[in-house]
Formats: sequence, structure tokens, C-alpha cells
Amino acid sequence: MKVVEINDLTVQYPGVKALDNVSFLISEGDFLGIIGPNGAGKSTLFSCMLGILTNYKGTIKFFGEDIRKSRKYLKQIGYVPQKPVFEKNFPATVKDVVKMAWTNHSDKETIDQVLQQVWMHELGDRRIGELSSGQQQRIFIAKALVNKPKILILDEPVTGVDVQSSEIFYSILRELNEKQKITIIWSSHDMDAINRLVNKVACLNRTLFFHGKSHEFFENEELVKQYSEASMQLHMQHHEIH
Amino acid sequence: MSFEILTYGFMQRAIISGIAIAILCSVVGLFLVLRRYSLFGDAIAHSSFGGIALGLMVGIYPLWTAYAVSLGSALIITRIRNRFKISGDASVAILLSSGIAIGLVLISLSDGFTIDIFSFLFGSILLVSIEDTILILSLTGIILVVILLLYRQLVYSTFNEEQAKVSGIPVEKINYLIIFLAGITVVTSIQLVGILLISALFVIPNVTAIMYGRGFKQTALLSICFAVFSVVAGIFVSYVFDITPAGTIVLLSIGLFAATLGIKSAGLVKV
Repeated sequence: MKVVEINDLTVQYPGVKALDNVSFLISEGDFLGIIGPNGAGKSTLFSCMLGILTNYKGTIKFFGEDIRKSRKYLKQIGYVPQKPVFEKNFPATVKDVVKMAWTNHSDKETIDQVLQQVWMHELGDRRIGELSSGQQQRIFIAKALVNKPKILILDEPVTGVDVQSSEIFYSILRELNEKQKITIIWSSHDMDAINRLVNKVACLNRTLFFHGKSHEFFENEELVKQYSEASMQLHMQHHEIH
Repeated sequence: MSFEILTYGFMQRAIISGIAIAILCSVVGLFLVLRRYSLFGDAIAHSSFGGIALGLMVGIYPLWTAYAVSLGSALIITRIRNRFKISGDASVAILLSSGIAIGLVLISLSDGFTIDIFSFLFGSILLVSIEDTILILSLTGIILVVILLLYRQLVYSTFNEEQAKVSGIPVEKINYLIIFLAGITVVTSIQLVGILLISALFVIPNVTAIMYGRGFKQTALLSICFAVFSVVAGIFVSYVFDITPAGTIVLLSIGLFAATLGIKSAGLVKV
């Protein structure tokens, strides 16, 4: 069953086309890795999918419904941003942060359950600012899970997180996808982790360079080489502009 | 100190109004401090100076004109700030100076109400009337109910706007609501500590409470306790020693802040 359909998505920023005619489908239960260098359009794609950016051409459908017509689909989505910006001294415990996203207050055990899912239940009463980056990101996964979403969207969630914490993070993602059948859409620079975890991959280069089964991409050396060269060119252009 | 002073009507009204204002300033102020709008309360208070001068000049109860001018200018400056991407500190400076400028021009155009203006600049809690007390209690009740009803949306959008937006929270409307609530709170509180010291009630109890490293609700409760203590003790101390209540309240508040710094430095509170 298709849960996401993206058709001819084009986003034009002043002087640069951030996404050019991108089309692909995501099926229920997929673990999709989105890869691409800086400036490839990954965050722009997520901004469109989450309704933050609405000035785009093309269509995005979640569960068969155009997201321009209704924002109800957001209730089915959990989102983990790259590095959430918040005041370090913000007076919120781990439980407070998870509760912020919680809309169904009738189920009292949910907070403990989601904290257990990310192996953080013992730190529920600690202030969020006291935790490491890796621990904070696990809390943000718990927050994303609190309303029992069908889809989890993660935008480079382990940027700046140490290797050991990243591995814990990946194990949690695998468990959520395999045991709870949550569809995961995950962007990352970590090609090795993408190769190990996902079943589908989408290679962005402002256009869609490849979309298909993960092994079809990673086992095709010529394809990987072509994509690496194209990405390098885009990477250089991106740095020249900035 | 005799508790006989509690039998005086003016003292009862001062204590009741003071407690209500302390609670209001703590709760609304916590959102302002966490959004880095600490000086916004000060700017709204200064803009109310223009409104008060206008009211005194045209013979309308000055707090009504202060509400209108402060709320109007706060919402306009927020709109301009969002639309033209003016930084927060610059917009505070514009709001603050325009209110004072309007007030000064109106005062220079009319003679004879400078004494009235002084009571608004420095506060006059012991002169609060029964009507004022009813107004303060009513507004405090309404604002606290609004905050309780929208608690999750207010806290979430204060914590992280982008994530709140993705969760379907109308962040822009919430931002305007906070500015609106802050405007009403500031003008309502002017009678307690005056225009010049109002931001102290918004900021100091909250900054003190945040240092105790608790969750959101406990921090808000701690802040309320600090503010209520400062106000009640400030009113008593100022009456007994015949000194200004506004300055005493703020100094007591600063005393609690300094004591917390001391406790923290001594390692008695985990932060």
C-alpha cells in the first residue's frame, strides 16, 4: 500500500532550483534512506512533505490525500529534526518534552512506553538540557512516537552525535521498522549506515538520481561511482555559492 | 510588626491585588523570558506611558488608554518585525522610545498632570481602589484560564517553533496571543511597581526559578512563590519603614535571586 506519493515536485529558490521534477513513491513498512550532499534538496524535500514549505510545484500525497487540501496527515507523522534548537536552560524534563507532542491524554502509560522504546525511561525526570546530543535525539524520537505515528521522518538525526550513540540510534530505528512496522523516511550522509539499515534508497541531486531497492544501488559500483561524481560537482557548487 | 495593618481596607486591597499581579507576571513572564523577549515587557510598559499621558490629557481613565496604546503598538511592532525581519532588540528599542516620546510630547502640550504621571511611573499599590482590585482579579482569572486551556501549545511553541508547527500548532497565532497577554499583564501591573520597574516582576522571579533545575510546571510554581513572597513582604516592609513599595518589592526579588546564586555556588542546588 502506498503511503506517500510525490509527483513532479519542483522548488525554486531565488537563483537556484532546489528540487527539479522529483517523483517517487513510498510504500507502507518501507525503510527509505535519502542520501545526497549538502544542497541536494533533502531538507527542502522534508519541508515540503511536512507542510512547512508550501511554495512548490507538483503534488505530495500522504495516504492518498493531497497535503495542500488537508493537514490532518500530520497527526500520522512523527518528525525528528536535524538538531533541534532550544534554550539550553529550558525548564523541561525529558517527560515534559515528550508530553509537548502528546495529544491523546487518556492513555497514561504512553510516556513511559515510548521512553522505554528509546531506552531512556530511567532519565524521565532529568532536564533535557543536561543530556548529551545522542540522548537528546533519542528523546526527540520518543516525542515523535508518542502519538503512535504510521510514518517517522528523520532529517539527518545523528549529525554531531558520537559513533556509539549513533549505533544505538540505528538499532532503535531498525526495531521500530521491523517490530512496529513504522514506515521510516531517513536522510543521512552516512552511506555505510544507509546501506546496512534501509530496504529502499533515494539518491537526491536536486533531481532524483536513483530510487529503488537499496541493494540494487549499493551493489552497482558503476551507479555508485556516477552518483559520487555528480554529488561531488554539486557539493563544489554549493560551497562556491556559500 | 503588628498584623493590625491587615485590617485596613487599603492594605487588604494592596495585598490581594499584589498577589494576583505577582502570579500573573510570573506565569506570563516565564514565556517571555524563555522566548528571549525579556525586555519586551519593559517596552510595552514604556509604550503605555504614551497611553497614560493621552488618557490624562483627554480626561479618560488613563489605564484604558494605556491598554489601547500598549496593545496596539505591541501588535503593530510584532507585525513589522515579522514582515521586515527587524531584530528583536531593535524592535524593543523602537517600541520603548516611541511610547516615551509620545508621552513626553503630550505632557509638554498640557500642564498640570505631572503628579498623576508620577504615580504611574513609580507605582501606587497602596492607593488601589476596589474597582481596580476587581479589574485586576478578573483579568488575572481570564488570562490564567487562557494559559491553562492552551498550555501545551504555548509551551511547545516556546520550546521549538518549527516542531510545534509540524505538530499542527498555529505558531504565529500563539506568538500574537503571548504578545497580547503580555500587553494586558503589563498595563494591569503598572499600579503595583510602576512603568519603570515592571519588567523586574516578569524577569527576576523566573530567572531565579529556572536556576533550580526543575521541570516546567515546578519552575512556574517556584517563580510564583518567589514573586508572591517579594510582593507581600515588599508591601509590609515598605509600610513599616515608610519607603516606596515598588523599589522594596524589586529589591526583595533581587535578594532572592542573589540568595539562589549563593546556594548554587555552594553546590546546594544541582543545576
